[in-house]
This record gives sequence, structure tokens and C-alpha cells, in this order.
Amino acid sequence: MTETATRQHWMAVLARATRGEVDALLLQAGPLPAHEVLKAPETGTVMVEGRAGGAGRRFNLGEATVTRCVVRLESGAMGFSYALGRDARKARLAAITDALLQGEAEAGSLRSGVSALAQKQQAARELASRKAAATKVDFFTLVRGA
Amino acid sequence: MYVAVKGGEAAILATHDLVAEARRGDESVPELAVAQIREQMCLACGRVMNEGSLYDPDLAALALKQAQGDAIEAAFLMRAYRTTLPRFGSSEPLDTAKMAIRRRVSATYKDLPGGQILGPTYDYTHRLFDFTLMDPPPAPSPLAGEGWGEGSRDAANASLTKTASDSDLRDPSSAPSGHLLPQGEKDREPLDAFMPRVPDILGAEGLMEEEAPPVGDPRPFDLTREPVTFPAERDVRLQAMARGDEGFMLGLGYSVQRGFGNSHPFVGEVRVGEVAVAFVPEELGFAVDLGEITLTECQMVNQFAGSKEVPPQFTRGYGLSFGHSERKAMSMSLVDRALKAREFGEAATYPAQQDEFVLYHSDNVEAAGFVEHLKLPHYVDFQGELELIRRIRKEREQRLADQPDEALPEAAE
Repeated sequence: MTETATRQHWMAVLARATRGEVDALLLQAGPLPAHEVLKAPETGTVMVEGRAGGAGRRFNLGEATVTRCVVRLESGAMGFSYALGRDARKARLAAITDALLQGEAEAGSLRSGVSALAQKQQAARELASRKAAATKVDFFTLVRGA
Repeated sequence: MYVAVKGGEAAILATHDLVAEARRGDESVPELAVAQIREQMCLACGRVMNEGSLYDPDLAALALKQAQGDAIEAAFLMRAYRTTLPRFGSSEPLDTAKMAIRRRVSATYKDLPGGQILGPTYDYTHRLFDFTLMDPPPAPSPLAGEGWGEGSRDAANASLTKTASDSDLRDPSSAPSGHLLPQGEKDREPLDAFMPRVPDILGAEGLMEEEAPPVGDPRPFDLTREPVTFPAERDVRLQAMARGDEGFMLGLGYSVQRGFGNSHPFVGEVRVGEVAVAFVPEELGFAVDLGEITLTECQMVNQFAGSKEVPPQFTRGYGLSFGHSERKAMSMSLVDRALKAREFGEAATYPAQQDEFVLYHSDNVEAAGFVEHLKLPHYVDFQGELELIRRIRKEREQRLADQPDEALPEAAE
């Protein structure tokens, strides 16, 4: 994975995590690092676009609430957070995590914490998918006049 | 003429107190938590998000609580709140082919790739009350309800036997503990990660109207920022219908099926599930995954006889909505197809085929505002009308008195 793809991955994991999960993840990395809040947590919206027929002309489906935050560590690393919802505290914690992750080696504790979260999210998705699969229709054909 | 009338402040303050009391109801009954509404009334939350045109399940639940369950009042709260928020931009267009499917059915293909997934649906329930939701039975054995391993099945069967008279009355399909032939999820493989959209299958054969972005893939029109003009393009129509009233869309969709529109639809596909929303912040320059939203998508397949330019083929109607909201997505897809009448050179003779009629009347926040404003004071307007009527009557009486012999003066006029 490229550097950007790796970062996109952890940002996606953090966006899906609860505030408690991000909090716990940061806690295991030690005390909260000194940081400057460049853009205080702010809630706004993103207009969600769809496509007619799924693949055709773009149209505006409706907006969704999004909260963002930008921080800078003493090292100079800038951390960003963008996620659905209105959780300001989570946004700040996730932005700090994003900044820390950029300076961490691949085997670092934060990274392994992120992959543990990713696994948990994947497991939840698979469970939901298996539950849906249990409602899959098994057709059997009745032969008439046999 | 407008004359400001002052007064009523104290009465208005008192009505605020009274509405709070009415909202709370009997205080001996525990108060609802917003999270309970979000989790246990999620279909209502979906409707409020659609008609409020704002995806946020927590806020939808709060709106429902504050509005005492009035969906349109709740949508109004969502719209009002939205106007206080800055907009960061637009998402990347959603890719519904990558949806994490919870439900996906087709009425056109039995054996479609990926299969028919019924998911959570009321379609196959008997619409009999489940009275156990009103008076929960005593706590079940700890094994029951823990999936469908061997032990739990025995436990569930045992509890079924114990409450045989209850379960006879119950609709088994709406009561999870009543399953007789459970299909456990534990031995199931997850569904295919990629499920083709059904119309794309017919499209491969060229039998389906093509659905491709116009040249340059233009930014969509936004009716929340620019005034709508007619004839309205499809992006405008789809946005208006997505935030339109479910009941109005349902009525219009029903009308095209009933003969007020030339429609012979099939459900190509209905799918429900979660889709990731991606957004490119300017300062980052790459797409950030914001998380997932629940969506319902309907692809309606319709007949089309063809024209000089286009050979006979199937045409499409499309519906997309927030949350699990099939009725809305299906209705929208019916009306979307009806509104394409002009594009296909069909006569637009029915209400559902007329964009101006549909778009001007689908927004229930606007509609409710206009209808309900009639109950606000119109004292001066009405005083004017009253005086007019009195004057006309007086003139008429005068005229009749002056010309006592003239028969039926109205007929002569």
C-alpha cells in the first residue's frame, strides 16, 4: 500500500470507531501528547451524491452531518479527522491519532491498535453478512406431471 | 394591507409549557431515551432523514421525540437545523454496487448472481399482532436466543412447548423465538462482496436503456441553493423526490400503476445495506472515507415500445433513499420513470408525468407550511371580506327594493 492508501485506511477505521474506542486506542499509546488545535472540532454537512440508475448522471441525494478537526503536534505533524456524525470529542481524539500514526513505525502500538479495530469492524460486517445470508432463498423446482 | 397585531405573548409561553407536558405524557410511564428511538424506531428515523434531507440517525430520533412522533414536524426540525450548519462540500458519488447487502431481491430474475436475500422484511409476515411485544414473557432460559446451536434450539423448543397457547396466537415470522426452521448464520458464508445491479445484466445485452453520465460528468443541480425552473432535468427531479413526502410519492406511484400513467413496471431490484461515503477535503487532496450510511435503492424496469430512433427496449426508473425505506425508494422509481415521458416522446397527460406538478407539491415541509398557515391570524383579511359581503348584500337588497317587479335579476345579468 502507498503511504496515502495506508493513511486512508486508518482514517476510515477511525471514522467508523466509537469515541470510546478511539479514546482507548490513544490511551494505550501513553499520555495525550501536547498539540495545537488548528481547526477546532466543527460540525457541518457534506452533500451526498448518488447516480441515476446507480451509474448514470449525478444527483444530490441529501446532506449528512460531518464533524472535522485539525491538530498539530510539537513534531509538526498535522492530524486530520473527518467523520459522519456530530461527535466533537471523537473528532479531536481521531485527529491526534492521525498525527501520531504518521510518525509511528509500522510495528508501532498505535498501528497494531488500528488493525485490531479494523479486525473488529470486519468481524461485525461479516456477522451482518452471514445473518443476511441466512435469509438467502434456496429455490427448488417442482416438476409437473413427472 | 398588513397590520401588525401585538399580544398573546403570555398565551404563547403557556402553550410551550403545555406542549412539553403533552410530549411527556403520563409521568408514571418511563421517559423515552433518544437512543431507544434511534435503535427501536429506525424506520421512522429513516423517513425523517429522507424528508428532512439530512442523514443523522441521532438527530432524527431527537426530532421524533421532540415532535411527539409527528414525522413531518420532525422533518421540519431537521431542515431548520441543517440551515445552521456550514457545508463542507459534496461527497464522491456513492457506489451502490459496493453496498454491504442486508437485503436484495429481484422480481425479474430468480437465479441472479449473488442470490435473492430477503433480509429483515415485513413482506412475509402475517400482520398479526405480536402481543409479546406488549407484555414480554418471563425471561427465557439463558440458552434461548443465543443463535441456533444445538443446545439453544432445544431450549427454544422447550420454551415453545411451555407457552404453546401463546405461540399459537403469534405470527412466527415476527417473533424471533418462534422460528421452527431456523437457518442459522453461524454455518453461513458471508455474501459476495460485489453484487451486480440487476439492470446492468440486461444492459449487457443491449435490452436496457443505458444509464451513463452525460459528457463531462457535470456537478448536479442543487435545489437548496438555486431556484428550480421547468422543464426540470433528471438530477433536479431525483433530488426533489428524494426529499419528497413518502405518502405523496406513494400516491403518485400508485396512480401510474392504476392507469393514470402508461406504466408496466417490474422490480428489477431492491437492495438495502450500508455504503461508504467518501469526501475529498481540499486541504488533504485525497478521498477520506467518512463512514457508512444505510441506503435503499430500487431499480424499476419498465416496458418501452421504442421509437424511430430507439429500438424497443426496457426503460428504467430509479429510487434511492436514506435508511431502510423501500416504499419510498419504490415509489420514487415509479415516478422517476413516469417523469421521463418527455425524453421518450410520450404524451404527458397524467399528474405523475408532469414535473411541475410533482416537484411543486412533493415537499411536505413546504406543503404543510402553506396548508397550515391558514390557521394563523387572518383577522384583517377576513374583516375586509366580511365588509365586502355585507356591502354586496346591502346593494342587492336595495336593488330588489327599487325594482320589485323584475323577476330573477340574477338570470338577466
